[in-house]
Amino acid sequence: MRMVMTGNYASAYGAKASRAEVIAAYPITPQTSIVEKLADFVSSGEMNAKYIPVESEHSAMAACIAAETAGARTYTATSSHGLTLMHEVLMWASAARLPIVMTNVSRAMAPPWSVWVDHMDSVAQRDTGWMQFFCESNQEVLDTIIMAYKVCESRGVMLPAMIIEDAFILSHTSEPVDVPDQEIVDSFLPPYNPELKIEPGKAMGFGSLVRPDQYMEFRYKAMQAMRDAHDRFLRVEKEFKQVFGREYGGLLDTYRCDDAEVVLVAAGSTAATAKDVVDAMREKGQPVGLARLRAFRPFPHEEFRALASKVSGMGVLDRSYTFGAAGAFYTEIKASVYSCQKRPVMKNYIAGLGGRDITPKILEKIFEDIQLTAKRGGGDEVEWVDVAGLPRRWR
Amino acid sequence: MTKSYEEIPLTPISDSPSTMNMTGLWRAFRPVVDISRCKKCTLCWKFCPDGAITLVDGVPVIDLKYCKGCGICAQECSAECIVMVPEGAE
Repeated sequence: MRMVMTGNYASAYGAKASRAEVIAAYPITPQTSIVEKLADFVSSGEMNAKYIPVESEHSAMAACIAAETAGARTYTATSSHGLTLMHEVLMWASAARLPIVMTNVSRAMAPPWSVWVDHMDSVAQRDTGWMQFFCESNQEVLDTIIMAYKVCESRGVMLPAMIIEDAFILSHTSEPVDVPDQEIVDSFLPPYNPELKIEPGKAMGFGSLVRPDQYMEFRYKAMQAMRDAHDRFLRVEKEFKQVFGREYGGLLDTYRCDDAEVVLVAAGSTAATAKDVVDAMREKGQPVGLARLRAFRPFPHEEFRALASKVSGMGVLDRSYTFGAAGAFYTEIKASVYSCQKRPVMKNYIAGLGGRDITPKILEKIFEDIQLTAKRGGGDEVEWVDVAGLPRRWR
Repeated sequence: MTKSYEEIPLTPISDSPSTMNMTGLWRAFRPVVDISRCKKCTLCWKFCPDGAITLVDGVPVIDLKYCKGCGICAQECSAECIVMVPEGAE
């Protein structure tokens, strides 16, 4: 059924369509209308789930871990400081190999206090062992939740996933969204059925201590799982397209990149704006393309390496900054393509922090700057875009 | 003996309960209760982080197999009738 809804409601409808059985959530700010809508679904009986309000995001994730260990499909949602408060238990969830799915409404970290889009909160969770999927539309948010459960719960994967919505631009903006029929979702996503779970009357210790002679083997298995999640995701998306008629371009969604001389890499809603800018520049004869980083984890190494071999310049837009280094997307992409025989000139653009608007005009100037940098054969590696006081004008 | 990554489960799982770990062996100080002064307030039982205290007719009985000797019961005791005695002392 086609409805008009915010990204937050798309998340709630995604969790409902996926038949999440336990929802544990902290109900106060920085929480969003996602869990408010889910509370409505549960109280009205539209959704058959246990709704557990808890005293912190740390507890929300802990409750999801317990429920998932007992064999229930779980869901939670958070944002910014709520996500970073979860950090410890995020690591537990992935190493306990629990396929929890969570939406993070990606917001800036304080201070300065902010409630606007920025990817710092999500990027800071890079090493927790969670898959991370950045979305560019509300439909993609809903669809990715359904796909994520299927990927996460696969026997060869068994890892959790974070679905990332840009704050306000997706979370609080309404768009038409197709909510799929429940029977069709049920045919695509079978009930959660883990190999091992806690059962009443059967004493078992989960996550017990191992000595140095056995620890690395567990980490090695998690590494394999995240590596294999790459292909598993592509297969699930292919199947999703057959059933629902929609797809989003795999882990790296390339737009007009085939004959492009320079490309920009961006994640989230900015990528949607950048696709329009690519169209406008193409009309003026500029061979530019856009590569949307859809999955930060598992990281699309091969996709980047294939792209890097074809272009002379690659700009990377980070909506976060790793102090003392550069944007995290940039450093990872650069490391990934380093061993390519032919690789492009690269440049990092730090833009849109704390919800600063990344306008089409700014994106066009970024594309022009990548063209210039590629022609010159290099230049400043990291540039902060649209900062008052700096000599360069972007608006 | 280190097992191959192919022989182990996804996450370490043991089929025996953690009560098999006799954590009382960690203890350096032992709680000693003067039952004659106990007011049966149950604070020691509520605060024990290891569940090593059971109440028998409202009076604490400390399970020394698991008591780690943290001293929280002695700190919280409203009657001040629990004292921590060094292990090995009479």
